Amino acid sequence: MIRLEKRPQPSTLWTALTPVLAVLLTMIVGGIMFAALGKPPLEAIRTIFWDPLFHPQFASYSRPQLLVKAGPLILIAIGLSVGFRAGIWNIGAEGQYIMGAVIGAAVGLAFYPSDSVLLFPLMVVAGALGGWLWAMIPALLKTRFGTNEILVSLMLVYVAENILASASSSWLRNPEGQGFPGSRNFKQWPAVFNDELIANTGMHWGVVAAFIAVIGAYVLMARHIQGFNIRLTGEAPRAARFSGVNPVRIVLLCLGVSGALAGMAGLFEVTGPAGQISIDFGSGYGFTAIIVAFLGRLNPFGILLAGLLMALTYIGGELAQLMLGLPGASIQLFQGMLLFFLLATDVFTNYRIRFVGREVA
Amino acid sequence: MDPVLLVASIMVSATPILLAAIGELVTEKSGVLNLGVEGMMITGAVMGFAIAVSTGSPLLGFLGAAVASAVLSLSFGLLTQYLLSNQVATGLGLTLVGLGLSALIGSNYEGQRAPNLPKLDIPVLSDIPVLGRMLFSHDFVVYLSLALVVAVWAFLKYTRAGLILRAVGEDHESAHALGYKVVRVRMAAIAFGGACAGLGGAYVSLVRVPQWTEGMTAGAGWIALAIVVFSSWRPLGVLVGAYLFGGVTVIQLNLQAAGTTVPVELLSMSPYLITILVLVVISARGAHGAPGSLGRPFHASS
Repeated sequence: MIRLEKRPQPSTLWTALTPVLAVLLTMIVGGIMFAALGKPPLEAIRTIFWDPLFHPQFASYSRPQLLVKAGPLILIAIGLSVGFRAGIWNIGAEGQYIMGAVIGAAVGLAFYPSDSVLLFPLMVVAGALGGWLWAMIPALLKTRFGTNEILVSLMLVYVAENILASASSSWLRNPEGQGFPGSRNFKQWPAVFNDELIANTGMHWGVVAAFIAVIGAYVLMARHIQGFNIRLTGEAPRAARFSGVNPVRIVLLCLGVSGALAGMAGLFEVTGPAGQISIDFGSGYGFTAIIVAFLGRLNPFGILLAGLLMALTYIGGELAQLMLGLPGASIQLFQGMLLFFLLATDVFTNYRIRFVGREVA
Repeated sequence: MDPVLLVASIMVSATPILLAAIGELVTEKSGVLNLGVEGMMITGAVMGFAIAVSTGSPLLGFLGAAVASAVLSLSFGLLTQYLLSNQVATGLGLTLVGLGLSALIGSNYEGQRAPNLPKLDIPVLSDIPVLGRMLFSHDFVVYLSLALVVAVWAFLKYTRAGLILRAVGEDHESAHALGYKVVRVRMAAIAFGGACAGLGGAYVSLVRVPQWTEGMTAGAGWIALAIVVFSSWRPLGVLVGAYLFGGVTVIQLNLQAAGTTVPVELLSMSPYLITILVLVVISARGAHGAPGSLGRPFHASS
């Protein structure tokens, strides 16, 4: 008979090992799934995880994509991880990402066709502010009325999607676009185009911001008193209150940081890889970032690695779609399974497995 | 607008949310917070649609949807009850898995039409002028959803099993000490919640739309979760909440169709805004009634 015994401290070894185990399990079960779909399983796995980096023909195109996709994922996941550490569940990052993009783009477009160097920084600030404002709605409702932040932040995703739809079809529509939906294209506006900083690396300002966020989050969580307060609130809310941590400030801080980072990610995306505000701009990064945050064990450097891995599955998924005709949705399922297996194997981190003879309970 | 049609369409529009919410109510009453309702609903929607289209029988579709979503929900149960994972994170994971799985299965069924689910006129009652056509001329799932509300209410209030379920949800340590099998009770409640969410999802794809499109439940599962909070964990409150939201949805769709000056986007976002508003009002009033052990992990030896 198997018995679980709670560890006094989570195992550091297993904390690092479970993501690896989860990836392996996902590969195995994913392989079975691909086989069931009538695709060669090993080839599919290789196409997803190996070819984007090392395929002689495609790698030169897909390698830069790695940073392009990982940038927003890491930026959003870092913000989310701060909240998750405190037990504050912001699952509406997708909405904050969209609002950051819409508000940042709107501020920029108000100055069209200015070529001031200050415009792009202004847009970044506006984007962060947009995401922050959108996250302040669940934050204030939670602190003021005790409303559940999970449901409110998620409902606001649907509201944001409708605002995006209206922006792209009416109030931000390109006046020279012959009536087609979608805003002006930022790629044709050099002053604000968030181009690659170094050619063929995929490195744009959003990626730089993601790296800064990783370091910033590490300093906050490991070296700063607020980081300690955040962790304390998550692990022992009562103890936190006794030691004078103000729970209202923690909620505002956590949701504010994650909202601002998600909004910034949206702005970098709309001025860079996406190029314009359009109806299908929301790409699901806000939801995938939840997986990234958990896969990275809510640790900034772990999130960096997890973001790169998740970006790889996006690119590999597209490649597999192209080369093997793998349905696009199978990658979505693949990413969901990864989170599921991670949560399942996490039992080893917090519990010791004991095999014991049958006994009287 | 014809009031008969209006009430009838409110009932149709409320039924999926009502089914999902009454299932989630039972799950939460046992102390488990399953945030995967949206994932289970969309899985029910695609499985119900696929089975109904390939067998030609909507009835089999509903049955298959309930079974499929119950099985999916048991994976959530396995993780949270036996492997003691975090319920919030696992519920989110369940939603993401469900969305991916449904998109994968559904890609072959896009653009097809579901077989028609016949209306079930209740003899005598459906012959009453106006009221008959308004209330007693629906398909069997509408009646089933209403019957489920009554059944759940009676189960929780009057049966011994219902009492045990509530005890497990209120205080799992005490229930365990009394010798009740906390984990088994919760697994059963999770499966029931899954089956109900599956039925609700199948109702969307087989009756309300009736077609398969990716992500078609569009947050209905999350609204169902909000309705459970709105109801203060009472079956009758779930009924009121679901019909209220059915009403809002139908009215905003009718306004869209009528072409008012209000922007379409504002109308489409109104159900979500009203959900937020209702959540705020409920939490500001301080009305609780949440089960004592809701969302807390249970480990027998700790």
